[in-house]
Amino acid sequence: MIQADLNIILPEILLAVYAMGALLFAVYTGKDRLAPLLTWVTAAVFVVLGLWIATGTGDHIAFNGMFNDDGYSRFAKVAILFSSAAVLVMGQDYMTRRDMLRFEYPVLMALAAVGMMVMVSAGDLMALYLGLELQSLSLYVIAALRRDSIKSTEAGLKYFVLGSLSSGLLLFGSSLVYGFSGTTQFAGIIEAAGHGHTSLGLLFGLVLVISGLAFKISAVPFHMWTPDVYEGAPTPVTAFFATAPKVAATVLFARVLHDAFGGVVADWQQVVAVLSLLSMFLGAVAAIGQRDIKRLMAYSSIAHMGYAMMGLAAGTAFGVQALLVYMVIYVTMNIGTFSFILMMEKDGQPVTDINALNMYAKREPGKALAMLVLLFSLAGVPPMVGFFGKFYVLQAAYEAGLIWLAALGVVASVIGAFYYLRIVYYMYFGDEAEDGLDKSGTPVLWGLLMASAVIIGLAWLPGINLLGVEAWAEAAAAALVN
Amino acid sequence: MIGLEHYLTVASALFVIGIFGLFLNRKNVIILLMSIELMLLSVNINLVAFSSFLGDLVGQVFTLFVLTVAAAEAAIGLAILVCFFRNSGTIAVEDVNVMKG
Repeated sequence: MIQADLNIILPEILLAVYAMGALLFAVYTGKDRLAPLLTWVTAAVFVVLGLWIATGTGDHIAFNGMFNDDGYSRFAKVAILFSSAAVLVMGQDYMTRRDMLRFEYPVLMALAAVGMMVMVSAGDLMALYLGLELQSLSLYVIAALRRDSIKSTEAGLKYFVLGSLSSGLLLFGSSLVYGFSGTTQFAGIIEAAGHGHTSLGLLFGLVLVISGLAFKISAVPFHMWTPDVYEGAPTPVTAFFATAPKVAATVLFARVLHDAFGGVVADWQQVVAVLSLLSMFLGAVAAIGQRDIKRLMAYSSIAHMGYAMMGLAAGTAFGVQALLVYMVIYVTMNIGTFSFILMMEKDGQPVTDINALNMYAKREPGKALAMLVLLFSLAGVPPMVGFFGKFYVLQAAYEAGLIWLAALGVVASVIGAFYYLRIVYYMYFGDEAEDGLDKSGTPVLWGLLMASAVIIGLAWLPGINLLGVEAWAEAAAAALVN
Repeated sequence: MIGLEHYLTVASALFVIGIFGLFLNRKNVIILLMSIELMLLSVNINLVAFSSFLGDLVGQVFTLFVLTVAAAEAAIGLAILVCFFRNSGTIAVEDVNVMKG
C-alpha cells in the first residue's frame, strides 16, 4: 500500500532528497565555489524530472486522496520544472559576475520546486498548505538573497510580511471549510458544498481561501507587494517570481475552485470575475507611469494574471484549458523578456531605466527585433502567440456568459498596449543617447531570448499549432473538470 | 456551558487583532512578526475546537502542521529582519520604504 503511494510521489521525493543532498555536499566541500556547477546540475535535474513526468499517464491518487497525480498536475509540473530550469541557467552568469551566486540559491530553487509540485497535486487542504508554505518560505529567502543590499532585504521583508498575511487568511479559511464540511479532503468538501446551497461558514471559508490565493498570484486588490518585490529582488530572482510560482499558484487556484467547490460555481464566479477585472485595469493603468522596467514587468504580470483569472472565472473545462494555455504562453514570453532585461548593462552595471533603451535598435538590431516580438506578444498584438492566449480566455469568458468581462478585458488590453509599445518606440525611434548600453550578453541569455522570440513569433503558424500545448492543455483540463 | 461558538469567537477576535496589528502598527517590525504568529495561533484554536466538536482527529493533525510551519516561518522572518537591520540600522516600520510602493 505505502509502496504504491511512494511510487506516485517519487518525483517529489527524489527532488527533495536531491536538494538536501546538494546542500550537505556543498556545505562540506567547496561552498560558494561550487555554486555555478550546482546551478547547472540542478537545472539538468529539473529537465530530467520534467521529461520523466511528461511520460506519465492515467490518474493516480496517493495517501487516501491527499495527493493527485493526474494529467492536470503533470501538465503544470512540466511547465514549472522547465521554466525553473530556464530561469536557473539564465541568472548564473549575471549572479556570478556580481559575486552573489551562493550555493543556497539552486538548493532553495529545488525546494521551491518541490513545494510547487506538491501544490499543484494537492488533494487536501493540508497538502495544499504545506506545499504552498514550502514554496513561499523558499521564495522569501531567495528574494533577500543579496544580503548586503538594502533593497533586496527590504523586498524580502515586505514579501515575507504580506506573504505570511496571505497564508494566515488562507489558513483561517481552511479551518472554516474544515469545520463546516467536516473534512479537509477536496473530494469530501465537494460533497458537503455541492447540493446547490452552501452554508454561511463554508462560504466565509471559501472567500478567505480565495483571498489567500489571490495574494499569491498578485491579483488586485492583493497586489501591493508585487512592484516592490520585483524591483528589490535581484533580476534573476525577479524572473523566477514572474514564471514558475505564478503557474503553480494559478493552477492550484483552479484546482481548489473546481475540485473542492466545483459544485457551487455561482458562489465564486462573481468574486473571481471582479478580481480579474480589477487586475487587468490596474495592471494596465498603473504601469503607464513606470520608468523602471522591473516595476513595469510587475504591473504587466498583475495585468496578465487578470487575464488568466478570466479563464478561471468562466468556470468551465474550456476556461481551465484557456488558463493553462495562457500561463504557458505567459511564462515563455517572460523568460525571453527577462533574458533581455538581464542583458541590459552599462559599464558592467545592471540598468533598469527604460530611457537607456533609446535607439537600441541601431546598435543591436537582432536583440531589438526579438524584444519587439516579445513586447508585441505581451501587448496581445496579432499574429503573435500572446494574442491567441488572450483570444482563448476571452472566448472562454464569452461562452460562459461573462460578456461584460470579455468586453472590458479587450478595453484593458488596448490601454495596456501603450506601455509595451512605448518601449518599442524608444528602441526604434527614441532620442539619440550619447552613451547607450553595453554590447553585453552571454550565449545562454542570447539563446533563450531568441528561442522564446521565435516560438512567440512563429508558433501560431498552421501545422505548428502552439507546439501541441493546446491539445495537452485540453486533456489536462478534462482531467480536472468533469 | 462553553460551546463551539465561544471558541470560534475567541479565534476570530484574535485573528482580527492580528490583522489590525499588521496594518496599524507603525513602530516596530518585531510587532509584525508577533501579529503573524497571533493569526496562525488563532487558526489553531479554530482547528482544535472544530476537531473536538466533530469528533474527528484530522483537525488536530492539521494543527501540528500549522505549528511546525509557524516555527519555520518565524525563523525565516527573523533571519530576514536581521539582514535588513544590518543594512539599514533600524527596524522601524516607517523606515521600510526605500522602494515606494
